[in-house]
Amino acid sequence: MDTAASYNDKVVRQFSIMVVIWGIVGMLVGVLIAAQLIWPQLNFDLPFLTYSRLRPLHTNAVIFAFGGSALFATSYYVVQRTCHVRLAFDKLAAFTFWGWQLIIVLAAVTLPLGITQSKEYAELEWPIDLLITVVWVAYAIVFFATIAKRRIKHIYVANWFYGAFIITVAVLHIFNNLAIPVTLTKSYSIYTGVVDAMMQWWYGHNAVGFFLTAGFLGMMYYFVPKQAGRPVYSYRLSVVHFWSLIAVYMWAGPHHLHYTSLPDWAQTLGMVFSIILLAPSWGGMINGMMTLSGAWHKLRSDPILKFMIVALSFYGMSTFEGPMMSIKTVNALSHYTNWTIGHVHSGALGWVAMMTIGSIYSLLPRLYNREGMYSTKLIDVHFWTSTIGVVLYAVSMWIAGVTEGLMWRAVNSDGTLTYSFVESLKAVEPYHYLRLLGGLIFFSGMIIMAYNVWKTVIAQKPADVAVMNPDDMSTDSKDGGDD
Amino acid sequence: MDINDVRGILTAVIFFAFIGIWVWAWSSRRKKDFEASAALPLEEDTYITTITTNKRENI
Repeated sequence: MDTAASYNDKVVRQFSIMVVIWGIVGMLVGVLIAAQLIWPQLNFDLPFLTYSRLRPLHTNAVIFAFGGSALFATSYYVVQRTCHVRLAFDKLAAFTFWGWQLIIVLAAVTLPLGITQSKEYAELEWPIDLLITVVWVAYAIVFFATIAKRRIKHIYVANWFYGAFIITVAVLHIFNNLAIPVTLTKSYSIYTGVVDAMMQWWYGHNAVGFFLTAGFLGMMYYFVPKQAGRPVYSYRLSVVHFWSLIAVYMWAGPHHLHYTSLPDWAQTLGMVFSIILLAPSWGGMINGMMTLSGAWHKLRSDPILKFMIVALSFYGMSTFEGPMMSIKTVNALSHYTNWTIGHVHSGALGWVAMMTIGSIYSLLPRLYNREGMYSTKLIDVHFWTSTIGVVLYAVSMWIAGVTEGLMWRAVNSDGTLTYSFVESLKAVEPYHYLRLLGGLIFFSGMIIMAYNVWKTVIAQKPADVAVMNPDDMSTDSKDGGDD
Repeated sequence: MDINDVRGILTAVIFFAFIGIWVWAWSSRRKKDFEASAALPLEEDTYITTITTNKRENI
């Protein structure tokens, strides 16, 4: 059979399965370190099990292994389907899969060993950074070469978001990681002092903006219409959404450095741009949600759509919460408290993970030539564990954060602090239990997903999918999902 | 011309570019293309099997 006549779904299948595996691994580490905050002895006095080394392992695993695999899988799928061509360069695409897995394994070995650059979300040392650069350039070549040979004139909006994510992450990764190596496992950043801090948070916030937002918006713009069986609510709005989002996100980084030695004007600039960001963020959320207008009844029978709509709700909530927290007076209360952790997780679990899970449930049966997942009932159970888990997590961290913020700033009439630090720790302890419970419930859903995926995948040998002929494009798309 | 003039001009250029994107996206000439693009995710896959070629239905 002519391979050019079929889509390259092998690499999509590989990444999709790894989404589930790395999701379980990353979230398990998260559950462990949440437990360590209650019972510190859970590090067993072993250096490689200490919180300080496992925390970066958790963040790297969930962002780059779980989230990254989901972005690779869906972008490779979407770009082929919406360009009506097979993915460019089979071997290079395979290289991105094995290269990315190798990077993850190297991270899982070096971080517990304490080998780190100490830059948040950019902890990996220089040899791994170089490997990431090579794999990322290969990813860009595969993706953009596929766009270049497309057989459809217009580039579908999801590809614009994926493309912006790929280019921006390349730029961020290279410039934040510029360092002078001294040994194989140790390097020093070329930036110093406040410039180093600004570079780090220019990188850090755009990792949120482009890795965890633009990339997943690409996913949203394909899989929400796909699952709802309706075109996106407003294609015109999606164009404005794209350009305004990518133009504004780049400037929001300084809000991570309020009340530091970063010049005051830069802090204010970061705050202003963060507030402006509310507009494109909510424009995108509304566009996704309204795609279901006239088809809301589908939510009753389709738990995959429920995942996507709740993900969009959390996207809306955390993109309201984020600008609010970037206001300096609010930040004075929230910064360095558990409120930040709550905010991150309502974005990471509520938006990123739930959009990923919904998209994978939508995608997998198509990759394995099945009508649907093995069990729709289990998807529904997973939906409720995810929703209850993330709500418990976010609410407990909000309460803990505000409690800490208020206790830390309380002063007596003579100017001395009302509470010692230990008193604030004691006050938030109950919420640490609640957070662990929320995390455990969310994690249990991933185990259910693994079982469901396993039963789906082993049932049938995957079949190749024919590349669509541009002439076959049907304008009267059938809508068979009416009851 | 000092740096602040450049900053002012740049702000104006970006502002008008933003307005331009709205005008472009909302122009009636784009409508047909956009409708065709928006329909792309709704296409269904055709599987290549040795026995039959079955089209997958929406679920």
